[in-house]
Amino acid sequence: MKPVRFDYKRPATIDEACGLLASDDNARILAGGQSLIPMLSMRLSRPSLLIDIAHIPELTAFGETETHIEIGAMVRQAVAQKSEFVKTHIPLLAKALGYVGHPPTRARGTVGGSVAHADPSAEIALVAATLGAEITYRVDGADEIFDASDFFIGPMLTIAPPTGCLTRLSFVKAPAVCGTGFHEVAPRKSDYALASAAAQINFAAGSGVTSIHLGIGSVGDFPERLDVDQLCGTPLDDSAIADAVHAAMQMVETVEDLHATAAYRKRVATELAIRALRDARGEISKDLNQ
Amino acid sequence: MNDVTLTINGKPVSGVTEPRVTLLDFLRDVAGLKGTHAGCEHGVCGACTVLIDGTAVRSCLMLAVQAEGEDIITIEGIGGSGARAGELGVIQDAFCETHGLQCGYCTPGMILAAEALLSVNTDPTEHEVREAISGNICRCTGYVQIVDAILLAAKRLGQRNDAAPSDANLVWGLNS
Repeated sequence: MKPVRFDYKRPATIDEACGLLASDDNARILAGGQSLIPMLSMRLSRPSLLIDIAHIPELTAFGETETHIEIGAMVRQAVAQKSEFVKTHIPLLAKALGYVGHPPTRARGTVGGSVAHADPSAEIALVAATLGAEITYRVDGADEIFDASDFFIGPMLTIAPPTGCLTRLSFVKAPAVCGTGFHEVAPRKSDYALASAAAQINFAAGSGVTSIHLGIGSVGDFPERLDVDQLCGTPLDDSAIADAVHAAMQMVETVEDLHATAAYRKRVATELAIRALRDARGEISKDLNQ
Repeated sequence: MNDVTLTINGKPVSGVTEPRVTLLDFLRDVAGLKGTHAGCEHGVCGACTVLIDGTAVRSCLMLAVQAEGEDIITIEGIGGSGARAGELGVIQDAFCETHGLQCGYCTPGMILAAEALLSVNTDPTEHEVREAISGNICRCTGYVQIVDAILLAAKRLGQRNDAAPSDANLVWGLNS
């Protein structure tokens, strides 16, 4: 065994989990554990208490309102990937989940855990930031909601309250006609991406393209939403897409490490963003050309 | 110290363990089942793959206390049972015949990943096989013969059993 010694508690309710979290400055929430347990094994994380939230029933459920789909923090990635609910209403997330780790880690890893962990190359965090998902934390008995577009502020760093427990993610339901695209480049399948891009184009009969969401991950310290609103109302031809992406990428700060230079990441992210938008356009080409 | 009770290869197993002990170490050191291999021990290589409720998971990325009450199959539970007790299972035979292993270190994980795939997909494509073992690293074979082995096992299981996928477990005697 390699981790440091810690206590282990398995609360039955969210409030009990929050109480435990407040009782110990060095407590950590354990969800699927697919990122936390390697960190424990490498002793990068040295908690004194792990709070296993896997047995809190309300965290494993999906919810639906007229406009939103809610995903409980403990919904496993494999469950979300297979869910018809997700495929229908959050098609971009369904597409991205295929890139998250590999089948055995998706079987245990959770959608909420990935967002809370905030790895800069995490696909789920990228989709959440791109679509502006709402992230709900339970803090001191009350719900606090964060916009995923400004939630991530650094590598493994978010604006989440330290004594809060992520309870659910809420995504706006995609319209009946919408196109999505997701691309990433990684050294090998399931490895951390060097650059990734997600795009969704929303369309409404009569008014045309109503909104365009584009985000890139893995190139900076956190997943970032890019502003390409100028594309709404254009014919979305290849050159317009390329111009908009190049303009938006000007502002992006990229990081460098031994796997890829900053210039490489930026170049690849630009190309992937263009491809993701083209894919999204391709999925609604029939409606666009009417 | 925590009490952990779980089912391993159909048999109830109890043990007392520290919370920091992974399921991998519990299987090897408490349950004495050394077929589950410790490779990288941080979720990269797949040598420690086991099945929980039929799904492939990394036993090094789980604490033993998290597995409380779970139904776990290790490589020791994959062979024949009943009249075929002590013999290899269909997937294991296929790995031998296609030379799907050399040093053998990754093989238990590969076979359990294959078992998880074939229990829900009796006629996988090569792409689906490669996807299913995408989390398992082999440094010897170059994967070609491993993919061949899983496709051969799928073919044989299909010939023996055209019924619902859930019956596939019975062929290997996992439920007995």
